[in-house]
Amino acid sequence: MSGFEVSRNDYDHISVLYLSGFLDAHTAPKFEDGLQKLIKEERVKIIVNLKNLDYISSAGLGVFMGFIEEIREKGGDIKLSNLSPKVFKVFDLLGFPALYEIYEDEIQAKTKYSETK
Amino acid sequence: MKKLRKYRYKIRFPSRTDNLEMVRDFVHGLAVKAGFVEERADQISLAVDEACTNVIKHAHKFNARRMIDLAVIYDKSQIEIIITDKGKGFDPRKLQKPDLSKYIHEAKMGGLGIHLMKTLMDEVNYTFNPGVKNQVSMVKYINHQQ
Repeated sequence: MSGFEVSRNDYDHISVLYLSGFLDAHTAPKFEDGLQKLIKEERVKIIVNLKNLDYISSAGLGVFMGFIEEIREKGGDIKLSNLSPKVFKVFDLLGFPALYEIYEDEIQAKTKYSETK
Repeated sequence: MKKLRKYRYKIRFPSRTDNLEMVRDFVHGLAVKAGFVEERADQISLAVDEACTNVIKHAHKFNARRMIDLAVIYDKSQIEIIITDKGKGFDPRKLQKPDLSKYIHEAKMGGLGIHLMKTLMDEVNYTFNPGVKNQVSMVKYINHQQ
């Protein structure tokens, strides 16, 4: 058991990945696979909902870094939502809020996509 | 001056990423026992995760037959974690502070962990002797509770 799950919901032109559990160097490849699949399917308007994510290390943050340029070049984005204070702190320590849009909830992130459709 | 009583714990485990969760739990438990509040115990176990991840990836190149030694020593004033490996050492002191925009551009992922370790802990020190013994020691003081 890895203690980490990725699930996905597609809404019109937006895809949401839901991460739960512990995202570290062991589980990061699972998240990578999820993003890679979306890119392959050309579904690049992505929201990553972190409501049930209990833990993230730099290996998990590296996955966000590794794909963002390709996704933005394809006209998409990765927007983040529902970060717990603990997970937000790690993003914040590494300066992520300057590079990624972070929303309180998924609806706000979806609205942002709709405005820029 | 009365000498502070020190508590020492040691584990040795195979150099595999699926041990990271166990290592975090071990260190977190001892940090709480040492008197750190939950949030700071989380920071300590994250720093240790980052250090072990670096050993697994860079020093041992994912060779699961290699072992990692982890020692935790605490007293009333501080907790110290020492991580020892015998792998191919790499000198993180040579790494620049990561430039995130450059990282995005080059899709590079390394270096973030070391930056986190330095930010989360009060002291981070390395000693290198590749193939013989490489060590990273990290200290956090208890009375610096935010």
